[in-house]
Amino acid sequence: MNSPVYEPFLQKPRSFYDTYERKSGIKEVTHYCPGCGHGELHKMIAEAIDEFEIADRTVLISPVGCSVFAYYYFDVGNVQAAHGRAPAVGTGVQRARPHSIVMSYQGDGDLAAIGLNEILQAANRGEKMVVFFVNNAIYGMTGGQMAPTTLPGMTTTTSPGGRKVEDSGAPLRMAELISQLEAPVYVARGALCSAKDISRTRRLVRKAMKVQVEGRGFAFVEVLSACPTGWGMTPPDSYQWIHEKMKPYFPLDVFVDRTDETFTAPAPKEPVPLEKYHEVMRIDSSDQLSFPPAQPLDPKYANPRLKIAGFGGQGVLLLGLGLAQCGMMEGRRVSWLPSYGPEMRGGTAHCHVNISDDEIGSPLVSQPTVLIAMNQPSLEKFESQVAARGLVLLNTSMISKRPDRDDLEVLDVAASEMAQKLGNPRAANMIMLGAYAGYTGMIGEKTIEAALGAIIKKRHLIELNVKAVAEGFALGRAARG
Amino acid sequence: MPETAYSPRPACPGRAPLLIKGNEAIVKGALLAGCRCYFGYPITPASEIAETASRDFPAVGGVFIQAESETAAMNMVYGAASAGVRTMTASSGPGISLMQEAVSYCAGSELPCVVVSIMRGGPGLGNIGPEQADYNQVVRIGGHGNYRTPVFAPSSGQEMCDLTMQAFEVADRYRTPVFVVADGFTGQMMEPVTFPDPLPEPPEKDWAVRADAATRKNLISSIFLDPDELEAHNRKLQAKFREIEENEALYDEYATDDAKIVVVAYGIVARVVRSAIHAARDEGIPVGLFRPVTLWPFPHRRLDELAGRAARLHVFELSCGQMIDDVRLAIHDRIPVGFHGRMGGNVPSVEECLEVIRKAAREGGVL
Repeated sequence: MNSPVYEPFLQKPRSFYDTYERKSGIKEVTHYCPGCGHGELHKMIAEAIDEFEIADRTVLISPVGCSVFAYYYFDVGNVQAAHGRAPAVGTGVQRARPHSIVMSYQGDGDLAAIGLNEILQAANRGEKMVVFFVNNAIYGMTGGQMAPTTLPGMTTTTSPGGRKVEDSGAPLRMAELISQLEAPVYVARGALCSAKDISRTRRLVRKAMKVQVEGRGFAFVEVLSACPTGWGMTPPDSYQWIHEKMKPYFPLDVFVDRTDETFTAPAPKEPVPLEKYHEVMRIDSSDQLSFPPAQPLDPKYANPRLKIAGFGGQGVLLLGLGLAQCGMMEGRRVSWLPSYGPEMRGGTAHCHVNISDDEIGSPLVSQPTVLIAMNQPSLEKFESQVAARGLVLLNTSMISKRPDRDDLEVLDVAASEMAQKLGNPRAANMIMLGAYAGYTGMIGEKTIEAALGAIIKKRHLIELNVKAVAEGFALGRAARG
Repeated sequence: MPETAYSPRPACPGRAPLLIKGNEAIVKGALLAGCRCYFGYPITPASEIAETASRDFPAVGGVFIQAESETAAMNMVYGAASAGVRTMTASSGPGISLMQEAVSYCAGSELPCVVVSIMRGGPGLGNIGPEQADYNQVVRIGGHGNYRTPVFAPSSGQEMCDLTMQAFEVADRYRTPVFVVADGFTGQMMEPVTFPDPLPEPPEKDWAVRADAATRKNLISSIFLDPDELEAHNRKLQAKFREIEENEALYDEYATDDAKIVVVAYGIVARVVRSAIHAARDEGIPVGLFRPVTLWPFPHRRLDELAGRAARLHVFELSCGQMIDDVRLAIHDRIPVGFHGRMGGNVPSVEECLEVIRKAAREGGVL
């Protein structure tokens, strides 16, 4: 290596390591076979990294395949990926470090078989990365099995009689496939089989790298490359084979080139200062009001376990949420659980609410002390679950049949009709909320008004709902006598 | 340090609680812990996590990507973790199955990240009801190779936030993927949650590939071709796992002081059983609750201590019995361990659990 005669020929790009210390055995030569195209392509890439002076911010994603050890050679940040996932891994790196230049280097099994989804989706998102795709029509690393790019009739260890298109499909033309997508900025195919092709491929590589330096977006360069070992040929025969067999099927071309479009890289995002986090995440609770806990008018109403049920659209989930919000604002423990999963069978919507002075165990209310039934099926479904001498609020506008049990305490509320009179039958849920609060004393009227402001997103509906709560509250209070 | 009784984070002065879904609390907690990149794929009952993340991550200048699959999502997490940024994903059983490939790569490459699993009914497509049948998938690991992952099991909205925050700290401390597992109920339920101040920005990671001059020589990889090197790497990983076992086990207890029957349950089931235990105590049954807050490391020493003074243990799970293996190992099978499991999305009622406890008390002769 010290011979002055050879020095000019052995000059390496600066972004190659001088010696390959991560490699076992001889540290001066690559692990690639004689005649293989990987070394040639590596060198072109490294030269482009040198030219653009981007080695510090370049991250190379090594795949699974012959180039699994690309990180032996490139003096850049290196990340090794699972089989086929390099474009997803590259996406993660690039999004996490937007100033990075991300290169994914993949073979045909990695990119066109197991990783087909990842490459297409990354290309379609227009990820800022360059993908170098080495197409040698075979699985080299694992010993010459059929690849998605194996030519029809070509013999491999898993297509011993030659690739049959009727069994295995036709070879995938990846550059053409990717060029159909909207986002890619540059898509081209080159070859490594003659001085002319090598020289042209070098220009494609440089251009794809320039796309990254300018931050334009996704670039894809497919390279037809010899695998003399896998093909069972001498290197010269392999190059001839690329000319004669591969090029007719995989034509050399530039399929997409949008590099001359006017482009302005978006300004980097300004980080949000930590002290603003609560505000932008909408968890700033500084303006939340609190109220002293209301006292139940009868001790039996304390620590209620409520089930609230009706049909979809009656607002039973919001009614439950309102109760939980009130309980919380009065400093109590609360939980709210919507009907969900197998519980949703039977056409009723319902939710479970606990309001308690003690820690809440089960959020699931299997024996409610209070049932708010908004329609007939809800009463029929849940009446039997109600605890002994429990309270049932009936929306008598929708329920004609009385409860079968005679131990229950029943409050009749013609909620739907009352809401209709207020101008909107959908406010029946708030009439019920008010009636519960007025009848049991478990929630203060002022608390409800404040809670509605917190849980109702459409501001113009708040006034109507406040009115509905007031009517319900008055009814509940009057029923106590 | 021995196993630790879980103590809730002290209340934040001046901060009122907010009524919020468990799934949303996870996202808020993640951001407060400095997570900046979310990659995910929607699935019931975890979708609110992706939905909330799609709003909140960009709002603080972070990254949200809806990936093409859980496979891709977890590999994106692998990429962002390689780049030294706090990152996460979330899914449910079927999606977690697809993520296992990259979880193994994260473990092998020692990449910190947080994976949330909101368990649903299985196997296969199963249903969207709450189950705990993915205990083995996350606790016994679902990927290939010698590794373990710490697993936090919140059982309330507040813990969804707090334990997610803690998961990021543990992930960075040990350079390991960490799971947060909950069931559909804990994800869908709304409870008051008090959110703390954001954690200070974590220090830059020297080992990461940050696309700068300082880290240019770094390599993130799990390949060790030489058998001796791979064995040494595995021994190093194992030493780390032993350290995690030593330091990070968490548990919670209720009424265990004089308990002759110790019920073991985690997540939502622990909540239901706690109510049943409360009722059983009123009937004079000496029963208490042991709740593992970390499922790995499993708090086996403390459970073994409790078993030393109890007549029997009774395990409640939303599965056919998966955690029960760890319970039996923890106590070396020295007292009887009963089991009550529900599946398919069915959650036992308090009354059902109470009846099981009464029966266990009769059979254990502790009445």
